[in-house]
Amino acid sequence: MMDSPRTAVSNPPVQPMETNLTAKDMIKRSASGDLPAPERQLTPVAKLIDVSKCIGCKACQSACIEWNDTNPEVGENIGVYTNPHDLSENMFTLMRFTEWVNPETDNLEWLIRKDGCMHCSDPGCLKACPSPGAIVQYSNGIVDFIHENCIGCGYCVKGCPFNIPRISKADHRAYKCTLCSDRVAMGQGPACAKACPTQAIVFGTKEDMKKHAEERIADLKSRGYANAGLYDPPGVGGTHVMYVLHHNDKPHIYADLPDNPSISAVVQTWKGATKYAGLAVMGLAAAGTILHGLFGKANRVSKHEEQEAQEAVEEAVDHADKRAEDA
Amino acid sequence: MSASPKVAAKIGGEDTIHRGPPVEVVRYGPGKRINHWVTAISLILLLISGLAMFHPSLFFLTELFGGGQNTRWIHPWIGVVLFFSFFILFAQLWKLNIPNRDDVKWASQIGDVINGHEERLPELGKYNAGQKFIFWGMASLIIVLISTGIIAWEQYFGHLTSIPTQRIALLIHSLAAVAIILIFILHVYAAIWTRGTISAMTRGTVTGGWAWRHHRKWFKDMAGRGKIDPAE
Repeated sequence: MMDSPRTAVSNPPVQPMETNLTAKDMIKRSASGDLPAPERQLTPVAKLIDVSKCIGCKACQSACIEWNDTNPEVGENIGVYTNPHDLSENMFTLMRFTEWVNPETDNLEWLIRKDGCMHCSDPGCLKACPSPGAIVQYSNGIVDFIHENCIGCGYCVKGCPFNIPRISKADHRAYKCTLCSDRVAMGQGPACAKACPTQAIVFGTKEDMKKHAEERIADLKSRGYANAGLYDPPGVGGTHVMYVLHHNDKPHIYADLPDNPSISAVVQTWKGATKYAGLAVMGLAAAGTILHGLFGKANRVSKHEEQEAQEAVEEAVDHADKRAEDA
Repeated sequence: MSASPKVAAKIGGEDTIHRGPPVEVVRYGPGKRINHWVTAISLILLLISGLAMFHPSLFFLTELFGGGQNTRWIHPWIGVVLFFSFFILFAQLWKLNIPNRDDVKWASQIGDVINGHEERLPELGKYNAGQKFIFWGMASLIIVLISTGIIAWEQYFGHLTSIPTQRIALLIHSLAAVAIILIFILHVYAAIWTRGTISAMTRGTVTGGWAWRHHRKWFKDMAGRGKIDPAE
């Protein structure tokens, strides 16, 4: 039996299968320290989005809403095709439309990028999350939010290099693309990939997807896109959602896709040195004072000092009385 | 003659001496004490809820607030309570906490303070340099914490600033929190180590000897100005 689905196109297996994304398949768990090595290694999966094949139909968005049973608000048309205006707790993926004039050819290029969670190998959200087990990573590469453990703090939003997670105003929990972990666990590819009419979105093992990308890139290069390439950014350890970009030398033209994403140094400092050194310093200070309290000499007021105070008051009263009499 | 000295402050009010015996000095009136304890309880709750979200090994502390979700929403509101409660206290105390020449001498002879040689130190007013350090340290860190805290308050202010700004705010917030916890430990420990201090914040009074030993200038000033209640 295959441990990870190889495609999103085929129908699900008809024979019953066990879910393969269990707690035993987790390789990272937020705020939980290092996990023991899993007994089995699932074949890493990836979604490959070829922006050059995308026609902007938004079938992927519809499929995502359908499968995840979300209910995005009806928005307002502000004269652009991007709809809704942004990712939300009810819209895990979004086609972002950019009108870009290629300075070399003076052609208007309509760039469409399907935005959503990139499923980083080194996930910033997971690193930032303070709640044990609210964010997990499985050995097939999927990064998933476990909503019952989410406390709604929004640290994942700060940790993410791609600005993906959104906090629901209704239940105060974080939401994002799951790479259809519930489908993948049962041998099916993600809903968006299944729905895509041009196969701009394909799904399979990460290795297969890289090979497929190579073919696509060779094709694009042969048609004049010299800088075509695969977007699998090494700064986050590679991703399990990858793009084929016709202008891979400048990812930012695709609705601000980061050129070299990595977990922010600020987040690294906050979740690294600060967390450990801070706890150590506070612990030492508390322990030090307790020890000093137990074994050190307290600062006590002597009987003599009480006496001196008494005398000083009497003197002051006498003085005042005398003044009162003189008056 | 039992005529009392002219009583400047109301009898039994703050900064007055009970003639005794034994001599007692009123250090804090009820208003300031209530204010102090509201601030103190807020700070302790913030410390517990904040630490729970700061380090995974302390996440279990969220149970005290009824779980992670409750801890997440209540922490910033307690911060708001603390901010207002502290700054009422601040308005009442800041003048007495302005550093002076004696504080420099006191701080330079910190060894004598720790070894209990207060006779070698200058006579002090109502606050020593250590207390002033705690006062200004708390005041400035509370400003830092409330402002960075608001930036990081996802529920209401998450959309107002950019994510890079919020990252910096959270880093500063956690560093400032560590600093204020260290000051808090110093404050609590100093109050315990210096025996006879805690009653200033419970009953409001300290013994005459305590005032004589630690804040003689304050004591002499009250005595000199006749802020002494009449003998019974």
